[in-house]
Amino acid sequence: MCVVCADVEPTTLLEQLISHGILIDTGIDGIYGRSGVFEDVIARFEDLVTRTGAEGANPMAPEVMRFPPAMNRFHFERSGYMKSFPQLAGTIHSFMGDDRGHFDLLEKLQNNEDWTGQQKTTGVVLTPAACYTLYPIVAKRGPLKSDGALFDLQSYCFRHEPSKDPARMQMFRMREFVRFGKPKQVQTFRAAWLEKGEVMMKKLGVPVHVDLANDPFFGRSGRMLKNNQRDQGLKFEMLIPIESEEKPTACLSFNYHQDHFGTTWGLIDADGETAHTACVGFGLERVALALFKHHGLDVDAWPKSVRKALWG
Amino acid sequence: MKDAIRDILAKHGRLPVAADTLADDADLHAAGLTSFGSVEVMMALEEEFGIEFPDRMLNRRNFASISAIAAAVQMVQTEAAA
Repeated sequence: MCVVCADVEPTTLLEQLISHGILIDTGIDGIYGRSGVFEDVIARFEDLVTRTGAEGANPMAPEVMRFPPAMNRFHFERSGYMKSFPQLAGTIHSFMGDDRGHFDLLEKLQNNEDWTGQQKTTGVVLTPAACYTLYPIVAKRGPLKSDGALFDLQSYCFRHEPSKDPARMQMFRMREFVRFGKPKQVQTFRAAWLEKGEVMMKKLGVPVHVDLANDPFFGRSGRMLKNNQRDQGLKFEMLIPIESEEKPTACLSFNYHQDHFGTTWGLIDADGETAHTACVGFGLERVALALFKHHGLDVDAWPKSVRKALWG
Repeated sequence: MKDAIRDILAKHGRLPVAADTLADDADLHAAGLTSFGSVEVMMALEEEFGIEFPDRMLNRRNFASISAIAAAVQMVQTEAAA
């Protein structure tokens, strides 16, 4: 550490987390290494989510599925993601040239020129949200049972939005419960999680409030989709101030997709009708950051009640 | 104008019913017009009538029926002429 830098106190939350070794800088905004301390907080929070999911009257046991943070490109294309969020998508391309092409590539690299011209699209894209992988898999199973279906997912997700705000990472983990069924079944699921989620987050001693929200749909058509989403109350977020008091960060989201994915994927309920879906998503890094922000960087010094909720 | 709107709904609205069976005041959302369908209808209306809807008009209400769409198009045309 240089003499000049050593005297400068880190000021932003990101700088503090990095200087305390909780997050690890990689030189790219939004792509960080995670320390053992950070991962332990995430693991404890995930356990709290699992326990909370099992609470309440007649909770349905979810089917647990985990996928790598990449998905079938053709499923991604059919999902309509490029219609709504082309600016956020991450697609995977690889070199598919011959010896001559390889030679050209190396020459361009050597000369600091753009070497990516020969990169060709692969069958894989980065997962944009944990549940995008799920819908075609459920559709392939055929009609739902009469009580529908519930899945427990967690995946690293990618969104291309480099930022100095640690709460806006380019790769982050999303835990999700996804409910399939009749409109009433999925609405009841979402309403129950809106209540349970608030009680759960209050145990963690962070200031939360729930607000109507919209997804960051792209462009002018996106303006209409945002308005429609708000008009119909399809998305709620649980917000916690992390980087700013005025613009708190969405840490949990509660989404009712109506029959959007049902129609896209041909999801059918037990009566042969198009299934509806809803999901509750937990931004795991964001929740961890909110805890570090509000309770300090030393987890051993966090309030007893918070430690009890997480570590038991 | 309503015939032109009906044509656009038939071509771009992805409705599960035939657009020419819809009354002027029939609820298009109830008839199956989705958010994505209404976006495509909006774009097609802009092209057909040479208008641009202001952001504040891009909502469900203005695309709720053929009459509502006609009124919205007329409002934009009137504002553009003023």
